[in-house]
Amino acid sequence: MQGFGDAFAAAFALIVGFDADLMEIVLLSLRVTLSAVALACIIGFPLGAALAVGRFPFRTTLTVLINALMGLPPVVVGLGVYLMLSRAGPFGALGLLYTPTAMIIAQTILVTPIVAALTRQIVADLDTEYHETLRSMGAGRAARIGTLLWDGRFALMTAALAGLGRALAEVGAVMIVGGNIDHVTRVMTTAIALETSKGELAVALGLGIILMILSIVINALLMGARSASERAAYA
Amino acid sequence: MLRLVKSAPPPLALRLDNISLCRGGRMVVDSLDLDVPAQGITAIMGPNGAGKSLSLRIMAGLVAPDRGACRHDFTGKQDIALVFQKPVLLRRTVRANLAHALALYGVPRARRKVRIAELLEFGRLGPIADSPARALSGGEQQRVAMVRALAAKPKLLLLDEPTASLDPQATDAIETLIRDTAAKGAAVVIVTHDRGQATRLADHVRFMHKGTLVEAAPASDFMLAQKSPEAQAYLAGKLLL
Amino acid sequence: MRLTSLLVAATLATPAVADDFIIVQSTTSTANSGLYDAILPEYAKVDDTEIRVVAVGTGQALRNARNCDGDVLLVHAKAAEEAFVSEGYGVSRSDVMYNDFVLVGPSDDPANAKDADTISAALDAIATARALFASRGDDSGTHKKERALWATTTTDPSDASGAWYRETGSGMGATLNIATGMGAYTLTDRATWIAFANKGDMRILFEGDEALFNQYGIILVNPAKCPLIKADAAQSFIDWIISPIGQSAIAAHTRDGQQLFFPNAAK
Repeated sequence: MQGFGDAFAAAFALIVGFDADLMEIVLLSLRVTLSAVALACIIGFPLGAALAVGRFPFRTTLTVLINALMGLPPVVVGLGVYLMLSRAGPFGALGLLYTPTAMIIAQTILVTPIVAALTRQIVADLDTEYHETLRSMGAGRAARIGTLLWDGRFALMTAALAGLGRALAEVGAVMIVGGNIDHVTRVMTTAIALETSKGELAVALGLGIILMILSIVINALLMGARSASERAAYA
Repeated sequence: MLRLVKSAPPPLALRLDNISLCRGGRMVVDSLDLDVPAQGITAIMGPNGAGKSLSLRIMAGLVAPDRGACRHDFTGKQDIALVFQKPVLLRRTVRANLAHALALYGVPRARRKVRIAELLEFGRLGPIADSPARALSGGEQQRVAMVRALAAKPKLLLLDEPTASLDPQATDAIETLIRDTAAKGAAVVIVTHDRGQATRLADHVRFMHKGTLVEAAPASDFMLAQKSPEAQAYLAGKLLL
Repeated sequence: MRLTSLLVAATLATPAVADDFIIVQSTTSTANSGLYDAILPEYAKVDDTEIRVVAVGTGQALRNARNCDGDVLLVHAKAAEEAFVSEGYGVSRSDVMYNDFVLVGPSDDPANAKDADTISAALDAIATARALFASRGDDSGTHKKERALWATTTTDPSDASGAWYRETGSGMGATLNIATGMGAYTLTDRATWIAFANKGDMRILFEGDEALFNQYGIILVNPAKCPLIKADAAQSFIDWIISPIGQSAIAAHTRDGQQLFFPNAAK
């Protein structure tokens, strides 16, 4: 039986060897995941803020829906996007299936509810504090949303990080819409699944260790940036 | 008492006209008539639960009364400004707080810089202009909130117990700002429990109890002798029921 | 705001890859055993078309191809492949290569399958001993084969599903990992088995029955049904793989000194 010792040895060999294939996979993982999280933030921040302070029909329904979608299984998202992008589907002519773009779309769908739901909570909490002050200053709804999002920026970074964690860890969606094609759509998680299916458990676990290190580094960088700018502009 | 010479009524900044407001099945403001003179500082006094803060919010347009009307001739949203007991500053620098307020009040970008400099000087905030507002002391935060309220040169400044949680030095600084503001011609309304503060600042006193106006008088008269038994009891420190 | 639009642009821009690639919907055994890694560099010497392999089970590969999401099919379930062609989804089917299935299991062989004369007898022995058997349960080529083999026995393993007959619903590799983990018998193609690294205590217990023959076929997805199919590029690849050069590239692929696939395209 292959153990953790072998896994760490494999991870170490892969990192030290600066394996070109590994670099390609890591870079694609980062590109797909960071793009998806960026898009999810662009959609999720305003959407969450609108749910927090907006007044429109079905607001509660939409909030419940977004909260529920946080638990959406990646495989279901992958299947949905597959059906959309399949050549037999409505957007088949775009030729996006089995491309990194398809993976970004799937992960954006996966992550947006998380970002939006957490944003809604963060902005709603901040709004209870700011509501009267902003109204006394004559702020309209759009100005209020802008102010709340900016002042909640450090808490919102946590929402983005939660989304990042989900995107970085999921395999179900990118496997289906990406196809795990070597040099084209193979990312860390699909590579781990592939190595597992080959019985190369040590290599799979080694890749898992690298993915964890990657996640820790990204989180540490963002948290470091957060506390630095927090000290400078905020109490 | 019969008046033989009928003098012209003083001009008003604002008038609450037969206002009633029900909250949680209780009349918290009950057929309130209250006027705010256009000149000087008006202190609204009264025990907790008298409806002072709510009246102030009705004046500011934050709370809509169930009945009655708040009458005034102000047109711009920036003409009436409100300062709360607990200042809520944005999570930015002092300067950025002022810039944000000016943007909300629709002051053109080109004029904001000069106005910010004026406001910082007026509030003696120069040395802390680039500090994070939330990291300041309570007194400094309230000064920022005062100056922010004055950003668009309001014609009526409403203050809800602005010094209730401040030490004497900070209170003194705020009172100086209040006096300076009134001296520039703005009407000022201050809700206060502090008899000393009312004596120091106010030109007019409005005494409220149980959601209604009990007594209105020039401050000097009121401090010497209160006509209503409620005001007498309040100033004597007795519990009003 | 400028940063945002930059981000969006960077995100949506697909990499500047030329359009000349085709998608091969493939069974996993060929991919997992390294066949494509071995033969595709050979193809690259004669053709610029990039071959992108999506390795899924045969069942899913056939379904994906029915949705036109592939230009070429390379799978191993002859009956299903012929149905695919006769229903008009594929143009024609060619034999490419073969190997065989093997029955693997724990080396102490509790059902004594290794002494059976036929694969039917071996499976019956497992059923009689109520020894654990891990089935793919995923409609893959191997799964279809396994069900066909059970049909030649006196046992209907469906009755024992969840008892000694465990349907994993997973790929070959995952199923082998499970079998290794719980000491179960399972049916696998030889190529995957040879390349599989987590054998643990497992070994081949029965092999060599003619019924275990495993034929791989290649199909051009029908451009008449799927207008976006890159039929010319796909046909070139098919022509190459059944040509003597392609066939000898397949034959040259070995793991641990063992040949994994035996070319048998019609001359």
